[in-house]
Amino acid sequence: MSAPTSHRSAEQIGRTELGPRPLPELGEHRVAPELSSLDTVLPNGLRVVAVRRASVPLVEVRLRVPFADPADSSTGSRHSARAEVLANTILTGTAKRSRVDVDTELALVGGELDAVVDPERLALSGNALASGLGTVLDVLRDALTGATYPADEVERERARLVERIRLARSQPNVIAREALQRHLYGDHPFAKEMPEADEVAEVTREDVLALHADAVLPRGSVLVVVGDVEPDAAVRAVEDALGGWTGERAAVELRPLPPVRGGDVLLVHRPGAVQSQIRLAGQGLTRTDPRYPALQIANLVFGGFFSSRLVENIREDKGYTYSARSHPEFTPGSATLLVDADTASEVTAAALLETRYELGRLGLVPPTEAEVDTARRYAIGSLLTATSSQGGLASFLVNLLGLGLDIDWFLGHPERLAAVTAEQVAEAALEFFAPSAFTGVLVGDAEVLAPQLRALGDVTLP
Amino acid sequence: MALPELHRFTLPNGLRVVLAPDPSAPVIGVSVHYDVGFRSEPEGRTGFAHLFEHLMFQGSESLEKLAHFRHVQSSGGTFNGSTHPDYTDYYQVLPSAALERALFLEADRMRAPKLTEENLRNQIDVVKEEIRLNVLNRPYGGFPWILLPQVLFQTFPNAHNGYGDFTDLENATVDDCAAFFDTYYAPGNAVLTVAGDVDPAEARELVEKHFGDVPARPVPPRPSFAEPAPKGELRSEHEDKHAPMPAIALGYRVPDPVGEVEAYLSYLVLAGVLTDGDGSRLQQRLVHRDAVVVDVGAGCGLFGPLEARDPDTFNITAIHPPEVPSEQVITAIDEELQRLAEQGPTEQELAKVTARWVSTMHREHDRLTSRTLGLGSAELLFGRAELLYELPDKLAAITVDEVAAAAKALRPDSRAVLTVKPAGEPAAKPAGGSE
Repeated sequence: MSAPTSHRSAEQIGRTELGPRPLPELGEHRVAPELSSLDTVLPNGLRVVAVRRASVPLVEVRLRVPFADPADSSTGSRHSARAEVLANTILTGTAKRSRVDVDTELALVGGELDAVVDPERLALSGNALASGLGTVLDVLRDALTGATYPADEVERERARLVERIRLARSQPNVIAREALQRHLYGDHPFAKEMPEADEVAEVTREDVLALHADAVLPRGSVLVVVGDVEPDAAVRAVEDALGGWTGERAAVELRPLPPVRGGDVLLVHRPGAVQSQIRLAGQGLTRTDPRYPALQIANLVFGGFFSSRLVENIREDKGYTYSARSHPEFTPGSATLLVDADTASEVTAAALLETRYELGRLGLVPPTEAEVDTARRYAIGSLLTATSSQGGLASFLVNLLGLGLDIDWFLGHPERLAAVTAEQVAEAALEFFAPSAFTGVLVGDAEVLAPQLRALGDVTLP
Repeated sequence: MALPELHRFTLPNGLRVVLAPDPSAPVIGVSVHYDVGFRSEPEGRTGFAHLFEHLMFQGSESLEKLAHFRHVQSSGGTFNGSTHPDYTDYYQVLPSAALERALFLEADRMRAPKLTEENLRNQIDVVKEEIRLNVLNRPYGGFPWILLPQVLFQTFPNAHNGYGDFTDLENATVDDCAAFFDTYYAPGNAVLTVAGDVDPAEARELVEKHFGDVPARPVPPRPSFAEPAPKGELRSEHEDKHAPMPAIALGYRVPDPVGEVEAYLSYLVLAGVLTDGDGSRLQQRLVHRDAVVVDVGAGCGLFGPLEARDPDTFNITAIHPPEVPSEQVITAIDEELQRLAEQGPTEQELAKVTARWVSTMHREHDRLTSRTLGLGSAELLFGRAELLYELPDKLAAITVDEVAAAAKALRPDSRAVLTVKPAGEPAAKPAGGSE
């Protein structure tokens, strides 16, 4: 590569006359302004949390309806397929609005609303200019109390869903996630994140109407409103709109998950793959456990942010991966620790070895005071930045409320993190990050990977 | 949308600075945009601008390898960088107590980055993993941002793969890095943006303290990447062994976003009329009425609107079932474009697009990362960070006739047509091992 002009050498560029300079200290920490909020349960059982954040003239709305399969096993259950069709058609028609009417009314107030479902919950999320809150809530009311599931919409969305599932299952990340969930939870409904195409094809309009009547229920559901609104006015608006959404029973919560036990990593063959997905899992702690803040910091030090042992080892030292991370996943009453890395086939076994090494090292050579402080400050600061926008705060709160926590937990968490000691982090690391506590899957080209993985051991080959 | 208070000044070394104070939350965003992207990398060095972006995180005179990440994160912040056709950006979002530290980190690598053989080799490996992750090992990798320019454009700067091929990446040398830095990373070729909880006077003092002694260097003349619009319909087929279904991408040229911003924006409104929401023209026609595609999208720019200088693109993409011939999808799109060209959209369609854009602009403004980066790129590309806040009004002023004219300009005889063909990987029902 020739430069247009002569240039300095890399050595010359990296040096100045003055030499290295000292890092400036942090300035004075400012506290976030107090949040004005209201947390109440309507007579129909719907919990409503409204928070004023007037940074921009918008409003964010998040509704979470627990929507788990009531069956013990996903084998033979049609819940997943019906739930997917329901989520894809709940906003496509009511007695007074067609699908296009819904889009037009929302668009004219700068709004949008969508519905997605997973094994835990049905989520309806939207936003609009603050002046359009009434419109969003009215569309929501109309869908919750009067979705008609027009036959032609059901038919078309069903066909489209089959195609979308096919697209999703061609993504390595999805293949790995489904394999991991099956490996961890077998036929527990939590593991079934997507239905099979033939199950979707069988879903009728009547099935969806019946599921709506049985399962789209206010009791146990949570609605969060964040934005340029007064909390009491927002709660009144929600009550006016959704007071008539009723149902005696409570929405169905996910049944308890079995704990994750350590064991072999299962190799899943993906012919022709040039990169492998390493997905490990171990048991975690719920956010209400007194040891949780220490575990949160231990996880950060392990692989929870860029300045972690795992990223510094397998990315910044060895170049095995672009993306490596560990993170907790919470479900009501339970939590898992997930470790993910995608690596080229030729270095997959070496990356798994290094990952196991770092798991062991976290307990045996526990995080230093400096590592704990870095992770602690990151945890506190990133909570502040992640919730500094209306959308970020709304999404964070609805997840928190879905786990049975409230805004006080959010406001009190920085203090809990500040109180964690290095000893507590070391204890959590030793107990929860032991390599023997982890199991998982590895998706890749088995023909290329098998010899090295066999030599490494603790891997079940196809 | 209310214009927030903006302060701007230029340091004697040429660094342009934009300050956008907003005390509503105790967080700040700091970004540096350098006026070089992958269109400027030479032949034989595809992917170099992006590789160099990685190198900028690998240490500088006052910061060992890994120190940049640790200092940002131990201040409670997040960071990243990204390489675009015409610029490369770096940012940090942190609690406002870390303002001086963030400025120090950016200044240190603008003044004296450490470009070493060891870090270069390590980051070539990391970038190759990034490309495997985002392109080689997944369906529709690089669709359409890598694949479509190769069909639509004829000249190397516009047509080549900005992620780079592995041979070019492996051939990169430390001396290439030195040349690239000295040429393009001069303070006079960059914009520094500070948004959020700052006092403008204090921030200016800190900017002068940390960036003031970055020596001025010549700013390279900005080359023109102009090339004529395609004469005829340029077609290409790409085989994708991971893709389960065919896909198409149509690429068109648009007016110069910098020189003719109003004309450009009529294409942005057109994109909304075509594919934004269930009531949009192509959603209605292709997804709901004809049911010939799984998904369809349209937009300006392969990285989003107003993210590049001329020449920029208008793109329509769709994924469709194998039973549907791609010609059927293309014909339906052409019919809808023709209908819009002849009759124009309705006033209500324009009102919908405008209201959604106003809302989107507010939402982007509310996220400090996108606000900081948006102000910086508008200042760099357009010389006017304010453009960000004028967009809703400018979009609202676009007329039915202007959108019709934009639709009319998307002509089949001057465009690129890329088709993605599934290349029949052994049908992947992954086989699990016995436990």
